[in-house]
Amino acid sequence: MKLPSLRATAIAAVVLLGVGYALAFFYAPNDANQGFIQKVFYLHVPLAICALTGFIVAAVFAILHLRSGDAKYDARSYVAIHISVIFGVAVLITGAIWARASWGKWWVWQEPTLVSFLIVFLLYCTYYPLRYAIADRDRQARYASVFAIMAGAFVPLNFIAVRLANTLVHPRVFATSEGGLPPKMCLTFGVCIAGMALLWVTLVRFELAAKAARGRLRRLRRALEGGDAIAGGGSRIAPAVPTATSRP
Amino acid sequence: MTAFRVILAKDLRIELRTLESVPAMALFAVTTFVLFRYGLDRSSLAGGLAAGVLLATVLFAAIIAVNRLFVAEREEGGFDAIRLAPVDLTALWAAKAVALFVYLLALELIAVPIFAAFFLDSWAGIGPLAAVLVLVDVGLGAVGALVSSLAASSRARDLVGPLVLLPLLVPLMIAAANAAQPLLAAGGPSYGDVGKWLLILALYDLTFAAIGYAVFDFVVED
Amino acid sequence: MSATLSTQQKPPTSEPTGTTPALQLEGVRREFDERPVLRDLSLTLEPGATLAVLGANGAGKSTLLRILATLLRPTAGTVRVLGHELPREAWKVRGHVGLLSHEPLLYRDLTLSEALRFHARLHRLGDRTDERIAELLAAVNLSRAAGELVRNLSAGMLQRAAACRAVLHEPDLLLLDEPTAHLDPEASDLVSSLLAPAAGRSRVLVSHDVQAALGAADRALALRPDGSVAFEGPADQLSPGDARAIYAGRA
Repeated sequence: MKLPSLRATAIAAVVLLGVGYALAFFYAPNDANQGFIQKVFYLHVPLAICALTGFIVAAVFAILHLRSGDAKYDARSYVAIHISVIFGVAVLITGAIWARASWGKWWVWQEPTLVSFLIVFLLYCTYYPLRYAIADRDRQARYASVFAIMAGAFVPLNFIAVRLANTLVHPRVFATSEGGLPPKMCLTFGVCIAGMALLWVTLVRFELAAKAARGRLRRLRRALEGGDAIAGGGSRIAPAVPTATSRP
Repeated sequence: MTAFRVILAKDLRIELRTLESVPAMALFAVTTFVLFRYGLDRSSLAGGLAAGVLLATVLFAAIIAVNRLFVAEREEGGFDAIRLAPVDLTALWAAKAVALFVYLLALELIAVPIFAAFFLDSWAGIGPLAAVLVLVDVGLGAVGALVSSLAASSRARDLVGPLVLLPLLVPLMIAAANAAQPLLAAGGPSYGDVGKWLLILALYDLTFAAIGYAVFDFVVED
Repeated sequence: MSATLSTQQKPPTSEPTGTTPALQLEGVRREFDERPVLRDLSLTLEPGATLAVLGANGAGKSTLLRILATLLRPTAGTVRVLGHELPREAWKVRGHVGLLSHEPLLYRDLTLSEALRFHARLHRLGDRTDERIAELLAAVNLSRAAGELVRNLSAGMLQRAAACRAVLHEPDLLLLDEPTAHLDPEASDLVSSLLAPAAGRSRVLVSHDVQAALGAADRALALRPDGSVAFEGPADQLSPGDARAIYAGRA
C-alpha cells in the first residue's frame, strides 16, 4: 500500500483543521447551557481521542516489534507515544480551561474522564525514565515494547475503574437520552476529529522521517571515519530508524 | 510445573533464612500507621479513610518487596542459571509473582490486626476485608513481578521500579478502596456494592496475569 | 565417572551425536550498540573434540561462549550447536550444554548442596540427584562443605563447586571460561579431570594459559582485540609464539 506523501498528509491536516475550526466559530450554534466556552470541546475531545488511540496504536506496534524483532516497529511505537504524550499535555490544559469555565475550579476530582486521563498520562510519562535507565539499546527497545503493551491494556481498565468510582459530572455530549448533539455540531465535531487525527499522523510521520535522516547521517559519518569511530550526537533513548535490512 | 515449584521453593527458603523482605515491610507498615495517627490527628478511622490508610500502607510496603524481588537473580547469576536449564521462562515470573503474594499475605497477617487495634472500633468487617486483600495481593504479585523484572536490569532500579509501578496500580487501588470502604463503615459492614468492585479487582488481576504470562519471555531473553 | 547418555533421563536430542558436528558457525557477528564484538566468525567442531579459544581481554571470547550457551543471540550469521540452529531451536539445546564462566551461578544464601540441588531439579535429574551431587562433591574434595552457605566458601571452593554445577547434568558440550582460575595445583588437577574430554563430550576451552590450552585442544581459535579472527584451524598448526603475538595484538 503506497501511503500518501508526508506533504499531502500535512496539507490535508491543516485544511481540515482550518475548516473544522472555522465551522466551530461561525457555523456551530452556541451551547444552551455553557455558552461560548463550550467550543473548547472541539479542541479538547479530538485531542483526547487521538491521544488515547495513539497509545493503543503504540501498543500494537510494540506487539509487532516483539514478534518480529524489527527495530522499525520500536521506532514507530516510541514516536506514537511521544506525540500522544504531547497531545496529552494539551488535553489536560484544555480540560482545565473547560473545567474552570464550567464549574469555577481548575481541577475537579469528580470528573472521571479527566482524572482517568491524568493517570494514563502519568503512566506514559514514566516511559522516558524507563528508557533512559537501560543502557543496552536492544534490551531498551524490548522493555519499552513490554511497557507499551502493559500500558495499552491499562488504558481501558483504568477508564472503567475511574468511571465507576465517580458520579457523572463530565458533560455527556453524545448521550442520546438527553437530546444528543444537533447535526450542525456533529458535522463540526466530525471535521475537527478527522483533522486532529490527520495532524497526529502527520506529526508521527514527520518525526519518523527526521529520525531516519539522522540515522542515515550517523551511519555515513561512521563509514567515513572508519569502522570503530564512535558516532557523536544521537539521543540515548530515541530508537534509530533502520534503513538497511533488519536483524533476522 | 516443576520449574515453578523449584524456583518458588528456593525463594521462600531464602526469605525464611535471611528475612530480608517481610520484617522490613511489617516494620514499615506499623511505623506508617503511627505516622497517620498523628498526620491525620485521628485515633479512630472508619469507612473510606480507614480503607485509604490501610491500602496506601500495604501498597508502599509492597514496593519494598518489589525492589528486592529480582536482585538475587541479577547479582548471583539466577537469570543465567534458569535460562541455561530446559525450563519455560514464564515459570520464573509465576514463581516470583507467587512469592510476592506470599510475602504480602504474611505482611497483612501482621499488619491488619495491628491496624484494627490502633484504629478500628469494630472488627466485624475484617473477615470480608480479607477477601479484598487477597485479590489485591494477586494483582500486586502479577504486576510487581513484571515491573520488577523490567527494573532489575536498569540503572537506578530502585527509582524506576516504583515510578512505573505506581500509576499501574491506581485502578487496583480505586477498586480495592471502594470495596473496602463499606466493609469498614462506622456502623458495621455493609455489602451493597462490594461485589461489583471485587469483579473489577478480579478483572485487573486476570488482565495483568495474562500480560505477564505473555510478555515475560521477552524481558529475560537477550 | 561416566559421561555417556545411557545413564540419565534428559530429553533426547533429535539427531545422533555421532554424525553431526558439535558446533557449526558461519559468518557469526555480534554487536553491542552497533559496535562489533565478534566479526565474521566461522568454524566447525567435530563431536568429542576440544576447541581452544585464545585472545586478549575484550576480544569477544566470553561473548562467544554466551552465544554458544544460548544466552545471547548473534546479530548475524548462523550458529548450530549439537545440530540445532540457534536461536530458533535454543530450547532443544538447553540441558545439553554446561557453562562454567566467571560467575559460579550459585545462590549465596543457600547451602552448597541446596544450591546444587536447585540446578539438578531444574535439569530434571530426578532420583539420581542426591547420588550425583555426592559423587561430584567427592570428586573435587568438597564433601565436607556440603552444608556450608555458598557465601562462606572461599574463591577456590566456589570454583570447584561451579565446576560440579557445570557437569551436573552430564552435558554433551562443555563451555569452559578459565576453569582453573583461583585454584591451587592440587585442586586444579581435580577440576581438570572432572572437566576432561570424554566420549561424546565436546568442549570449548577459554584459557590464558596458552601452552596448556593448545596442548589439550584439537582445534584452536585465536581472536584479535577487535573481535576478528586471527587464526582458526587445527591446534597443532598454531605455535605458542604465534598465539602470544596475537594476544599482544601483533598478528
